[in-house]
Amino acid sequence: MKLKIWMTMAAALALGVSASAANAADKLKACWVYVGPVGDFGYSYQHDLGRKAVEKALGDKVETAFLENVAEGPDAERAIERLAREGCKIIFTTSFGFMDPTIKVAAKYPDVKFEHATGYKKADNVSIYNARFYEGRYVMGQIAAKMSKAGVAGYIVSFPIPEVVMGINAFMLGAQSVNPDFKVKIVWVNSWYDPGKEADAAKVLFGQGADIIVQHTDSTAALQVAEEQGKLGFGQSSDMIKFAPKAQLTANTDDWDPYYIARVQAVLDGTWKSEDTWGGMKDGMVVLSPFTNMPDDVKKMAEDTVAKIKSGEFHPFTGPITKQDGTVVGEAGKPLPDGELLGMNYYIKGVDDKLPQ
Amino acid sequence: MRLVLEKRAEHSAKMALLSPIIAIVLTLITGGIIFALRGLDPLAALYVYFVEPLATSWSIEQLIVKATPLALIGAGLAISYRASAWNIGAEGQFTAGAILGAVIPVFLPDLQSPLTLLLMLLLGIAGGMAYASIPAFLKNRFGTNEILTSLMLVYVVQLLLDWLVRGPWRDPQGYNFPKTVAFSGWQTLPSFQLLPPSVGPVYVNLGAVFAVLAVLALAVLMGRTLKGFELSVQGLAPRAGRFSGFARNRTVWFCFLLSGGLAGLAGICEVMSTVGQLQPGISPGYGFTAIIVAFLGRLNPLGALVAAFALAISYLGGESAQVALGISDKTARVFQGILLFYILACDTLILYRLRFQGPAASLVETRT
Repeated sequence: MKLKIWMTMAAALALGVSASAANAADKLKACWVYVGPVGDFGYSYQHDLGRKAVEKALGDKVETAFLENVAEGPDAERAIERLAREGCKIIFTTSFGFMDPTIKVAAKYPDVKFEHATGYKKADNVSIYNARFYEGRYVMGQIAAKMSKAGVAGYIVSFPIPEVVMGINAFMLGAQSVNPDFKVKIVWVNSWYDPGKEADAAKVLFGQGADIIVQHTDSTAALQVAEEQGKLGFGQSSDMIKFAPKAQLTANTDDWDPYYIARVQAVLDGTWKSEDTWGGMKDGMVVLSPFTNMPDDVKKMAEDTVAKIKSGEFHPFTGPITKQDGTVVGEAGKPLPDGELLGMNYYIKGVDDKLPQ
Repeated sequence: MRLVLEKRAEHSAKMALLSPIIAIVLTLITGGIIFALRGLDPLAALYVYFVEPLATSWSIEQLIVKATPLALIGAGLAISYRASAWNIGAEGQFTAGAILGAVIPVFLPDLQSPLTLLLMLLLGIAGGMAYASIPAFLKNRFGTNEILTSLMLVYVVQLLLDWLVRGPWRDPQGYNFPKTVAFSGWQTLPSFQLLPPSVGPVYVNLGAVFAVLAVLALAVLMGRTLKGFELSVQGLAPRAGRFSGFARNRTVWFCFLLSGGLAGLAGICEVMSTVGQLQPGISPGYGFTAIIVAFLGRLNPLGALVAAFALAISYLGGESAQVALGISDKTARVFQGILLFYILACDTLILYRLRFQGPAASLVETRT
């Protein structure tokens, strides 16, 4: 088989080295690394919309490239380094598991700018950015408590990392603000994208009496199950109304377009600096898609909450907050500090599940 | 007239040499057609796929990184399968080795000496062996199907790893992210320069050396020793093996401990180099891919080494095709599938010959 490799090499060399001439000279190359397929119609899809928005907004000043389905493991570092070597000048690594690989590669390529989503490690050439997804989840909790007849929601989750735990808590705080006895059942699927498992989880949760489904995984599968069974649910990351026109109440969508355009523009202008961005509804980074399949009073309540969050009048994590074990965090009337939110590893009271400790 | 496959009286030596070449030519043609259908220049695409992974010192380095665990595990599995001991759970033994070896950096991060390195490697091997001994024991004691038990145990140990890194072994300074402390100093594998800077500096870590040594040792074992003969006989003719007094139980133990130990070594090497810590995902399925490597290498340790490189090329080629040509990751994988399909399909020609047959079919053993 060694022979085979040599044969191929010889053949290809004879054909000429035509491929490497493809790179245009003075365009800025902006690149993305996705944890899922761009066709997940959820998280990675949304990031890819951001990439396309950059192409559209900056036209022939940029060219883009991406790697999809990159596992958060030993392959991540190579994938990121490959992009750096291929001449990418700014690289967005869009999943928390890419954090250490991003930092490692960034140290080797000081001239390349890196942007890591949902992590906490920065460097001179590494910015971090994230969206305050919890704001949308609080509103979803309120809607769920209003809309659920059983008073029980099913929650499909990926991994017990702070961001996901924060989302569950925000959802429950919202729900409890409407119905203090509201219950949530949680199923961990240990994947960001696994339509089969997500659909199974949805069926199990409906079977256990939940009548509304929430998810922190990236596919449309759970919502489609809700649609089939005549139940309700929420879209994740991306507006999934096409997949569940009768089931989707709203979707907690991420709009990365303005951020990506601004960051790539900053590299073009030479004004790029390492920053820490955590944008919410106010910044247009978290957007709830249109409220559908609900009566007007519920819609009104949701819209009011959104307005309050946007104006800064209200913060979902306003103290005091009672943890699952009965202890209290936060000062009365003050929001929890960002640092505490970003490391959240406890459930609030009323969540019927246990976190691995 | 119809086309039939007729069994050859013996292996065709000519075909053994030709079949991989036919396979690669067919792959190139099919791949070229697919690329052309996608509107890409097929020649440029094939160049990106097959030559680019070999074109720069960086990609050669990455190729070695990727091929190392595949070769380590694949060579062990090749021996096992040769003796009909079906260890499908190398992925789990890989993980078990990584976990046991990581005990040192997690609990004794300050233990820093060359001996630490050795100890971690030995723990890694021990972890893989211990985990492989479960299906071996069940097989010998209760006659359970080792394919099932070894496979199911993969999921068990993966969940154990998951629990450890999210719970008790989590880095206290890590904002509750699921990972252990980063390994450092003697708790990581040293790397050294394989090729001088004049060629383009190529660094490899100690894991690659282990892989080559393991492959050579196993090749000698199979080709030159009685043990190797014993293993082959048990695979080819179990009854003959029994009559010649080879103990089946002992063979099962040997195969599982060997392949499990090598998988464990691959696991600890991977977390001591590329990954640098324990985290939920430490393997992109190396243990399963190594099964393909073993078969692609014709269940021969040296073959497994070559096959490991072939698969590594297809992975890296797929990646560079994504970046350079903007094709999706799916297209890249389809291409990988085509390559494997043709290689295995063409192997048929070693044992069978194609023949046109008239309507009056003869009674020779045929397979259509």
